[in-house]
Amino acid sequence: MADQFVSRGFVGRRQAPQGDEASRTPPGQYLTRDFPVLSAGPTPRVDLSMFSFTIDGLVRQPMSWSWDELQALPSREWTVDISCVTKWTKLDTRWTGVSVDTLLEQVELDPAARFVVAHSYGGYTTNLPLADVVNGQAFVAWGYDGQPLEPVHGGPARLVVPHLYFWKSAKWVRGLRLLADDEPGFWESLGYHNRGDPWREERYSGD
Amino acid sequence: MVEPLRWQIGTVTAIRPQTDRVASFTLSLPDWRPHRAGQHYDVRLTAPDGYQVQRSYSIASEPDRTGEVELGIERIADGEVSPYFHDVLVEGDRVELRGPIGGYFVWEPGMGGGPLLLVGGGSGVVPLMAMLRTRRAAADHKPAALLYSSRQIEDVIYREELEELASQPGAPTIVHTLTRQQPAGWSGFARRIDEPMLASVLGHLGGTAAGSSAYVCGPTLLVENAAAVLTNLGLPPAQVRTERFGPTT
Repeated sequence: MADQFVSRGFVGRRQAPQGDEASRTPPGQYLTRDFPVLSAGPTPRVDLSMFSFTIDGLVRQPMSWSWDELQALPSREWTVDISCVTKWTKLDTRWTGVSVDTLLEQVELDPAARFVVAHSYGGYTTNLPLADVVNGQAFVAWGYDGQPLEPVHGGPARLVVPHLYFWKSAKWVRGLRLLADDEPGFWESLGYHNRGDPWREERYSGD
Repeated sequence: MVEPLRWQIGTVTAIRPQTDRVASFTLSLPDWRPHRAGQHYDVRLTAPDGYQVQRSYSIASEPDRTGEVELGIERIADGEVSPYFHDVLVEGDRVELRGPIGGYFVWEPGMGGGPLLLVGGGSGVVPLMAMLRTRRAAADHKPAALLYSSRQIEDVIYREELEELASQPGAPTIVHTLTRQQPAGWSGFARRIDEPMLASVLGHLGGTAAGSSAYVCGPTLLVENAAAVLTNLGLPPAQVRTERFGPTT
């Protein structure tokens, strides 16, 4: 079994987190204090006057919000731990945004809707079970650490789903599409795990 | 169902220093699979008490080297995995790893009709080297260029091999920029990658910017700037693939 393999001469620098931090760090992850940037392509520039966020697909009536309308929704501060599949975890990140629950309250869902695809300016997509973005588990953020969310980190707005690997937290998000059947997104079509639970180390297809 | 990427135990067959801080580690793999240039492997170290750490390292070799893989690893002073590779590992040691991983920042002969532009900073050149080696192995002579930013000439990874590559038929254009210190008589670029520099390299390549494909890998700031400039210069965003190659400890 691979589990019994020991790396000769390796004891570890034991940068491993201790106590509370350890219990919040998923397996195979290390803690970072900075905020690494990982993107597959150029950072799109989104003109706020043209911005819109849309919920469509299996809803009675699609709904769109302009930038100002989105900001006017009841928002709150969120303090969450985030984990990237590239192995870093960052604790206590502070965001401002609106719960996906609040957005979904404004549309009438078709009972057949069981999945969502988040889609972004620049063409990025990621798929999630509907059950993973409701009940306070996901939000659309436009603020980070008290400042407007920077474009490299997904501004003007990004989806944040902290309990899944961070590629599920689509940067530059422009909408959620409700679907009856699952539809793999960008990384999910390129060998990454379909759900991406860091506590189960669901990094790649087949994990 | 996709076959899972299983952990396997590779054996170190060669360690070749490239610069003061970067070395090439060749591992033979019992369950080798052909990779695509640009992909990486995950490495996992385990201490006797079961303590484990994982990191990802880019593949530098071409997939034609059946049964083995060469990783390019920079030693990060306060790191945990890279110092183990540099300070502890010797030929014959065994290392647990799995891969190849990554499906977007990849290049294969025949991809994209137009010129190929590779832009790298520091150890971000590693996956780009895999692309150049793959291109050479496939005798792909479509126009290609590497724009490679290093702090000083001593930090240039694969320096001799890049010189060799540049002198072969169908050679890629290799353009260095040395941002901190230049040797006496240096006539090349001596600043951070910027728009005139990228425009000049694209000019060398011929063809249209709209038909070119770019792969950019390096520190975040370099990647962000170069990718933005390339779209300004007319490359469609979908043809600019980026990978951050920050310090992986």
